[in-house]
Parts: sequence; structure tokens; C-alpha cells
Amino acid sequence: MTTTISSSTTLTQLDVLESEAIHVMREVAGEFERPVLLFSGGKDSIVMLHLARKAFWPSPVPFTLMHVDTGHNFPEVIAYRDAVVERYGLRLVVASVQDAIDDGRVVERADGSRNALQTVPLLDGITSHRFDAVFGGGRRDEEKARAKERMFSLRDEFGQWDPRRQRPELWDLYNGRHKPGEHVRVFPLSNWTELDVWRYIEREGIALPEIYYSHQREVFLRDGMWLAPGGWGGPRGDETLETRTVRYRTVGDMSCTGAVESDATTVADVIAEVGASRLTERGATRADDRASEAAMEDRKREGYF
Amino acid sequence: MTEPTHHSQRDLLRLATAGSVDDGKSTLIGRLLYDTKSVLADQLSAVEAATAARGGGQVDLALLTDGLRAEREQGITIDVAYRYFSTATRAFVLADTPGHVQYTRNMVTGASTAELAIVLVDARKGVLEQTRRHATITALLGVPHVVLAVNKMDLVDFDRATFDAIARDFTEYATGLGLSDVVAVPLSALDGDNVVDRSARTPWYAGPTLLEHLEAVPVLRDPHTEDFRFPVQVVIRPRTAEHPDYRGYAGRIASGVVRVGDELTVLPSGKTSHVVGIDTFDGPLDEAHAPLSVTLRLADDVDISRGDVLLPTGGDTVVGQDLEGTVCWLAERRSVLGQRLLVRIGTRTVRALLREVNARLDVESLTVEQWRGVDTLHAVDATDTSSDASPQALTLNSIGRVRVRLAEPVPLDDYATHRRTGGFLLVDPADGSTLAAGMVGRTLLDRLVVEAPADEDDWMAGAGI
Repeated sequence: MTTTISSSTTLTQLDVLESEAIHVMREVAGEFERPVLLFSGGKDSIVMLHLARKAFWPSPVPFTLMHVDTGHNFPEVIAYRDAVVERYGLRLVVASVQDAIDDGRVVERADGSRNALQTVPLLDGITSHRFDAVFGGGRRDEEKARAKERMFSLRDEFGQWDPRRQRPELWDLYNGRHKPGEHVRVFPLSNWTELDVWRYIEREGIALPEIYYSHQREVFLRDGMWLAPGGWGGPRGDETLETRTVRYRTVGDMSCTGAVESDATTVADVIAEVGASRLTERGATRADDRASEAAMEDRKREGYF
Repeated sequence: MTEPTHHSQRDLLRLATAGSVDDGKSTLIGRLLYDTKSVLADQLSAVEAATAARGGGQVDLALLTDGLRAEREQGITIDVAYRYFSTATRAFVLADTPGHVQYTRNMVTGASTAELAIVLVDARKGVLEQTRRHATITALLGVPHVVLAVNKMDLVDFDRATFDAIARDFTEYATGLGLSDVVAVPLSALDGDNVVDRSARTPWYAGPTLLEHLEAVPVLRDPHTEDFRFPVQVVIRPRTAEHPDYRGYAGRIASGVVRVGDELTVLPSGKTSHVVGIDTFDGPLDEAHAPLSVTLRLADDVDISRGDVLLPTGGDTVVGQDLEGTVCWLAERRSVLGQRLLVRIGTRTVRALLREVNARLDVESLTVEQWRGVDTLHAVDATDTSSDASPQALTLNSIGRVRVRLAEPVPLDDYATHRRTGGFLLVDPADGSTLAAGMVGRTLLDRLVVEAPADEDDWMAGAGI
């Protein structure tokens, strides 16, 4: 049953990125006691899970999954999450923003957006389960504060990111040592771009939640973005619902994740569309990053993903 | 941008740039990103808005690459930033590092993974002290390919003689450092001449544009010419009904090639066995080469764990307890002779003591100051952190030669010949911070020694060889 995979001396870009991500995941398995993989049901976390399956085959994935649940989820994404957990026999921990609101750890914002509220349940989840390594799907091409992020990113006991305390990373020697109470965020997709992720999804035949592909949806326009209605607070008085052919480029809290108008029904369509796009995925679809020049940097400092 | 249909054949080149804003480094990177259509409209409009907020003027492409608030506020680059761009045939990961002497550690970091370094000079100024420093760090870290980007050619009227003189000057210096592949390109980052598109203003220049050269440089040395090295990361033992007895050694091939049937030795134990399987999730392979992540199965049930290295039987690898090498000190705290350390090498971490700091490279004058023997006065008190530090200490950004005693024997590959396995970290056992990054064995530093004292001990003799 030996398959002959090309042994040309130059690996493709996707081979190299995959190999690097698998290397990082195995380093975490070798160096940490209680790793967890943040799983939102978004494409980046789905790719991470796929890489984890490859890294440890034929063993099962040795990481727990954690979903930070804003309560404003796309139902398709939750269904996808539960199906994946079932299929691969994974352990899932849910850190709920609603619970955090109910017991007073965080306060609902006036605009109804819960994106920024995820930090507290995320950190509480890490602390209560004593997770020491936390895989995130962040990529350096997403945003300029992320461009300086390390593969292994140290967080203090308050979960905070201090850019000045980050360790230099040389060669492929990742230093994951930390003091009790501290943890390390690990970003195996650091060197991937949005297009790389899509091409990898195509190459590997990875299934995604349907909302990534073109579909008809009732949406309304707010701040130049098409948002889906929901109990979180939309549409408001002067905003009107209309049916559009859309898809999502990112999957986040419904209150701040916009749809883009698109006819892309297949991975190949999406790749063509992303390649031709003149907007970054965050710029196009994430209200949270538009707040200020340093919006992401500030949230990262507080312990955000 | 039309997406290439053959992106599945695209490979990946890691490169680093060193230079200061004055050299037009940010403009050059901005030009590469912009001309390869890697800057999208919202990023550009954010930069335009930020430029306007700072008083306007020409759109400042440097703002594309300065990520942190302090950097934008102070107009400097503090940290290594990674940039991504691609063409039809190749994807690029660019480590953008600040060029000033106080950021030497960032240059070292960026160069550690780079296959190519772009060294920038201003055509009006030619090769400066900082240019030589960038070339030295490039050579020290063993970056195989160098591009001298002679920028601002528009300000010297695209004068050929000026370019030729700078190229000659630099190439001569670089060759002396052991850099064998140097290509000089005359360009104007501001106007785009010879960055992506060929300039009509340099008819005398027959060489490639910067991007053409970046697309043509070989990504890796031929793995068939390198020694196989496989640091074991984890042992895969599923113990499931389907795979009750499976035992595989997972890792990434650091260098070279492995084939089914190869006879391998496990270091440091010295046990041997041969490869019966090269496994991946997608199926078994007959042969695999760097930098692929695979899982190896061996014929015999030998004791192998994380930190061990698999390599061809009969090789000449040293297993030793005395680590001699060149380090770049990365921490604010200075080195203290006798201090306890953890050494991270490959996938192994061992306890260690800093025995000697016996030379230091002055990165401004590019000369090496040698110190003889152990500084016993300071070695006795490793906890002394008083301000009157030992002169034989390494401080932030300094580059020096050290001898470290390891608690157990480990395989030691010379960095000069094994760039993928000859690097190491010195870690503070107290808080886990990375104190220094080092290269095993003789490096460029040893070649830069101006005058060796007559009674110098043969320090190589103590290298456990």
C-alpha cells in the first residue's frame, strides 16, 4: 500500500507551511502538560484541527478543544462544531460569554457586540482548566499588530500580552517555558495568508460550515457591512432587512461579523474571489478592527485571541 | 490580480531585510508589497488616513510595516515584523528587521531562518559601517544568499560608475566574510526602478530586477548533499484497537534525506536500527527529505524519546558535554560567569553552567576582543548582579564566544556545516526567558580575531571532540 508521493527536492509552499505547523503542534505536545485548541468553527480553527489530526496520526488528537461562545452564534457553525467533536471523539470545553454576563464577570455593551467580551471567559476558561498552551488560529497577515506576534507567545498570569516581553524566536527553537499561572499562546498558522488557508482547504478537501459559501440571507446594512439579524440587537429602527446573495469570509460574533456579497459556491470560486479582492478579510468583515489604529494591539494586550 | 493556475507548484523563500528607514527600507518593502499586489485597498487607505493624521504629505509606506503603537509614535521599528507576498512561482516570508546597532538581536533573529538577506545601501552614501555590520551578521548566521540593494539610484542620476564602485566595495568585503553569493541591484524603491519592473533608466545594467532574483534563488541546498538529521519531537504510541503496537518517532527532518531501509544511529545513546516505515497521515513514503514532518518506524525496539537525534550510522557527529560556540546575548540582564542555564538544542533541553566568555565581537568596529581563560574572580559568585559587572560579560545585543558545561552529553553539530541543527538557546531556568541564541563550533567570529595572544590555549581542544 505504498503510495508514491513526489520526492522532488523542492517542497511546495503549502507542504512547507503544513510541515511547519505540524512541527509546532508536536513541540507543544512534547513541552506542555495541558494544551488546548481554541475552536470557533471558523476556517482557521478547522484547519488547525486538521493539522493536529495529521501531526499525531495514528494517535487521536491529544488536545482538548475550547469554544468561546458569545451566545451570538451562527447555528450552522455550532452544528458543524458538534459534528466534528462527535466524529473524532474530541473533548470540548465551552467558555460562555452569557454565563460571564449572568454572574457579573462582564457587562453587556450598549451596542450589543460581544466580541470584546470574549476575553474574560477565555481567560477564566484557561485558568479554571489550568491550560498551559493555547492554540490560536491567528495569522500574521491578518493585522499589523499580529505581524509581530511570535509562534509561541507568552502571557502573564493576567493573560496579558506584553510586546516587550516577547521572546526572540530563532531557527525552529520555540521556548515554551513559563512560570505557574502563566500560559503560552501558540499560533501554528502564523506564516499562512488567507489565500494559503483556502488553498489548503481545497487541497485537503476540508469541509467547512455552509456560511463560508454563497447563500441567500436576510441582512441589513450597518457601517458599510451586511449584518445578519439576531437577538443581539439588529436591525435597529432605521435599518431594513433585505435578501442578498452573500457569504462570510470570517466567522465571529454575529453582531460584528459582516457578510460579503458573493456568488462563490465552491472552494475554487472562493479562491478566485479572495485572490481578486482588494480588501483584507478583517477590513471587509470585522467591525471590531475598525475602531482605531491600535484596536487589535489593545485587545491583544488584554488577553484576546 | 489574476491568480496563477499552478499555485500548487509554488515554493516558499524566507528572506530578511536589514536597513534603516533612512536607507529607504520601508519604502522598498512597501514597493515589493504594492507591486506584487500584496497591499489591499483597506490597508492602503488606513495608511493614507494615518499619514494625513500626522500632517499629511506623501503617503508613508513605512506605516504599513510599523505595527506597534510605540513604533508609530516614535517613528521607529522595534521588533521583527513578518510580511507576506507572492508571485506566480513563489511565496515569500519576509522578516523585516530594524537596522540600528541597538537592535542587533532582531537582525540575528530575522537572519536565523532566512535563506536570503537584502542589505540596503543609499547610493549617495555607499557602504557604511552599518552596511558592514549587516553583512557580518548575515555571514555569522550563515545566510546563503545576499542581495545588495543599491537604493536611491535616482538621486545619483542612475550613474553606472557609482553603482559599480559600491558593488565592488561591498562584494570585496562580503567575500572576506565568506559570503559567496552576492548579487548587487541598482534600484529606486521610491520610483520602482528594478524592484519588480525593469528600469529604462539603467540600460547599462544587464542583471535581474530584485524580484526576478528573489524568484530565481534556490530555496534550499539540495537535501541530497546534506547529512540527514532528525530530532525526535514526540513518540507516537496510539495503543488503540486498530494500532495496538504502533510505535513511531515523530519529528521534522532538519536536513538531508531518509529512505526506508536506512541504518540509523540514535544519539546520544549510540544504539542503531534501520527504518522500516516513513509514515504520514496521507500514507507511507519510500523517501522523505527536509523540511518535511514525518513519523519514522524502526525495526528494533530501541529506547528513544524526545530530545534524541536520529542520524545515519557511521557519521562523524560529536557527542559532548562542553559546548563551545558563538552567542548573541538577547536579554537585558548581562551574562554572569558560573550562572545556571538551560540549553535548548534541537528538541532537547539540558541543564548547564556558563563556564567562560572568552571573546567578544565589537559590532561597531567589527573586531574581536579576546579574553584569556576563566574569570575566576567573577566565577565564584554567580549571584553577583551589582553594577560593577565583570568586564567579561555579555550584555544585550553583544556577540561573544562562550563555553558552556552541559549536565549530560548531547549531540553537537557545528553550525557552520549544519545550520539546521547547530543552533541553540540559553534559557534562564528561573523564569524561562531566552537569554541568548548561539551557534555551535567555530563561526565567523573566530575568523575576525585580530590578534590571538601568544599563550592562548587551544580552546577547540576542550570542545569534547
